Amino acid sequence: MLDFEAMIAAIGPEMLLALAGLVGVLLGAVFGDRFNSISFKFGALSLIAALVIVLMNWSGGEAFDGLVKSSPFVNFAKVVSFGAGAVTLLMGENFLKRHETIRYEYPLLVIFASMGIGIILSASNFMTLYMGIETLSLSSYVLASFHRDSMRSAEAGLKYFVLGALASGILLYGISLVYGFTGSTSYEMVAEAEGGIGLLFGMVLMISGMAFKVSAAPMHVWTPDVYEGAPSPVVAFFATAPKMASMVVFANLMFTAFPTAFEDWQMIIAIIATLSMLIGAFGALIQTNLKRLLGYSSIANMGYALIAVAAGAEYGAAALLVFMTSYVIASIGLFGGVLAMRREGGMVESIDELAGLVRRRTGLAIALTVLVISVAGFPLAVGFLGKLLVFEAGWNAGLLPLLIVLVISSVLAFGYYLRIILIMWVREPAERFQPVDAMVTTAIYASAIACIALFIFVGPFADWASSAAAGLYR
Amino acid sequence: MGDFPILTAVTFLPLAGAVLIMLVRAMTGSQETDVATGNKALTAGLIFSVATFLASLVMLASFDMEAEGYQLVEEIGWFANIQYKLGIDGMSLLLILLTTLLTPLSLIASYGSVKTRLTEYTIAFLVLETFMIGVFCAMDLVLFYVFFEAGLIPMFIIIGVWGGADRIYASFKFFLYTLLGSLFMLAAVVFMYLQAGTSDIMQLETFAFAPEVQTWLWLAFFASFAVKLPMWPVHTWLPDAHVQAPTAGSVILAGVLLKMGGYGFLRFSLPMFPDASQFFQPMMFALSVIAIVYASLVAWRQTDMKKLIAYSSVAHMGFVTLGIFSFTEVGVQGAIFQMISHGLISGALFLIVGVVYDRMHTREIAAYGGLVHKMPIYAAIFMLFSMANVGLPGTSGFVGEILTMTGAFLASSWAAAGAALGVIFSAVYMLTLYRRTVFGQITNPALEGIQDISVKELITLIPLVIGTLLLGVAPNLVFDVTRESSLRALQMITGG
Repeated sequence: MLDFEAMIAAIGPEMLLALAGLVGVLLGAVFGDRFNSISFKFGALSLIAALVIVLMNWSGGEAFDGLVKSSPFVNFAKVVSFGAGAVTLLMGENFLKRHETIRYEYPLLVIFASMGIGIILSASNFMTLYMGIETLSLSSYVLASFHRDSMRSAEAGLKYFVLGALASGILLYGISLVYGFTGSTSYEMVAEAEGGIGLLFGMVLMISGMAFKVSAAPMHVWTPDVYEGAPSPVVAFFATAPKMASMVVFANLMFTAFPTAFEDWQMIIAIIATLSMLIGAFGALIQTNLKRLLGYSSIANMGYALIAVAAGAEYGAAALLVFMTSYVIASIGLFGGVLAMRREGGMVESIDELAGLVRRRTGLAIALTVLVISVAGFPLAVGFLGKLLVFEAGWNAGLLPLLIVLVISSVLAFGYYLRIILIMWVREPAERFQPVDAMVTTAIYASAIACIALFIFVGPFADWASSAAAGLYR
Repeated sequence: MGDFPILTAVTFLPLAGAVLIMLVRAMTGSQETDVATGNKALTAGLIFSVATFLASLVMLASFDMEAEGYQLVEEIGWFANIQYKLGIDGMSLLLILLTTLLTPLSLIASYGSVKTRLTEYTIAFLVLETFMIGVFCAMDLVLFYVFFEAGLIPMFIIIGVWGGADRIYASFKFFLYTLLGSLFMLAAVVFMYLQAGTSDIMQLETFAFAPEVQTWLWLAFFASFAVKLPMWPVHTWLPDAHVQAPTAGSVILAGVLLKMGGYGFLRFSLPMFPDASQFFQPMMFALSVIAIVYASLVAWRQTDMKKLIAYSSVAHMGFVTLGIFSFTEVGVQGAIFQMISHGLISGALFLIVGVVYDRMHTREIAAYGGLVHKMPIYAAIFMLFSMANVGLPGTSGFVGEILTMTGAFLASSWAAAGAALGVIFSAVYMLTLYRRTVFGQITNPALEGIQDISVKELITLIPLVIGTLLLGVAPNLVFDVTRESSLRALQMITGG
């Protein structure tokens, strides 16, 4: 007998998204190209509806004999991911229209990807986790190569696909090893099982697979290429919703499935975090393409987030939520900035194109400065507090070497973030950008204001995150 | 505790002005095409900074000189145990007044001398003013750090956008030097917060950290304040930043930003880490004396007027650290006095350089000479501030130097002797500068048509003239206000 209410509580948003996706396919089949334009609103509306369902079932639930199980911790990530998905979808509409690649498949793919996001977040069994990851990944591969006629986009999609398939294989191999040595695929059973060295082996492979998904070093190599090659609205989506979700899933997996092996995986994650912070920061220093730079910067930021993971559930979970949320908010705005960089002949992506932006569009330049400050972790914007909480988590967990790397990497990061600010404020102005779409402008300003507002009113926000994370440990 | 949040009002009034100017700019959607439009923004900014000055006078009026402890405290929870908490004592009161006085003066000095992008320029200055005031009245460690760091961005932009030819290099150097020091301080702040369970400065003053912990915390704070002050050998960003910054930027940099270092030592290092402070006293004395002597000698050999004054700032800040680390009441009082006095004098000196720079567009000392023939009023004011910088009795410079040296003498006669050497050198380089620019015959034909000081420039300098002379003859005006704060800074060390 199915308990319908528990099912809604555990996986209601995902069911809604699946339904919305299927309805969208039908509408597309009936109306054809006439559905293209409205489909973006349809997609955003579905994501918002899913978000509302998450909020209504905040405390979560369990369904299908424990195959899926949601908690406030993962619901927090769902809210941020769905919200980011909806915003990035709307931001991209005019971009695709201009490139004459506006098709209803795009929002539908975002819906299906978001469904995958919801499923991995709710997963409490390796089978569910893997299915969710594949749903998310397959949609993402197609999205990355959405500009079919563009070599760069196709190349990005192919690279993403080949490496992603490899990572999925590694993850699946890890799952099979863990299953083989513990006799179960459920998080709870694995947590209680005596698996010995075989379990550890499987766990390491799973960590490698997850590291690919969050683009942490040494599984990061796809990130800059995909960021550069894929269409900008797609990158805006990749950089926000799946990042948030994968990182929280990564943490959730470690915290709930492998709590007994804490010391073993803490070391591995600490190494991954160190490599990510250094590779991300050094890599970004020499970039001239803004999208590539943001790719490297995301690697470094994932390194910071992994410090919170390595700190363990008690210290790190709340810090992870705050840090990732602030990162997602700033990223939405920054990719809005990327979408705003349009000249007569098409999109431009070099950092130098921002030259003297403050004289051409003062408001835009100030908003982008705020966003850069936030993502750099400088005071006055919420990114600083996110980093501060990560720092505190690492300190409480005794991860001093990681914190030293964090500081070094942050100083290096100022090198390239400052360069962006300086180019916008100091250089002689470059040619004017074409008028920016209202939706993109709104998103940039809204995220800049959110960065400052959350900095000032961080109290309730941090409390919310801690109460969401409190369920992980007792 | 007053009902009206006067400190919040003083702190955020400039920011409100900046937002307003920004909004007006966005509404009209106009691009700044001519200086007239920019001047309107500058005037608006001036009105706001004058209003801030008036508000700070209200603050002065509501400050009770007799009372002990922090006053006008405002407190609201921010997140976790961290508070938005403001409060002032005598020392912060005077530094805030210095800030609110120098900001409008430097904005006035910008009329005509800054010609591009005045709207953004005004916004940057107003934002900077908010952060500077915030630093001096933050009563929570994290809040202090936020203001302390945030001030870097507008200053970075001021140097980077409106600076001289090498401005990019100078602004990066300024930013990265200060930032690196500050990150050590951030680590210490987090540690203190976790150990003491609070980041409230009032509570931390009575929290006794273990002596071995104190050493590390002291060093972390030292890294930040020593760069900011700046102390030898981490002073090298200052000459670059000063030379490249626009006149008003130099005034604020020398007048206010440098004081944050001294303020930090008095507010944090001494009361919170008394054992470590005593342990490091010899090192601080050595560094201070080196700073005084070395920077004075370097100043002597400069060919650029601004660079000379920048090095003289390093030397004068050496007196401040000397006084602070003498751990005597007279020394600490002298250090606070020296900070205020140096804020007025160095601010004035940079304005004075700005006057001739605006006319001749060069800061080379060799390009001048014989200015007294063409600019008598200018020469008189320049003379006054040169003498004040040397420490002539009757000016505020004298009081600061004599007191810090007395304090140092009580602690170590060698340090005082070294510092006294610096006083002699300061006379050497200041008189050399004055002789070579003002006296002699006019050799540079371009100087023939130079105009004497204008009314606008007089307006910027006269308040500083009055301040320097007033504090020189009536130093008790300052001492009565700061006595309580200096005793409190010392009470952990002298076992009060």
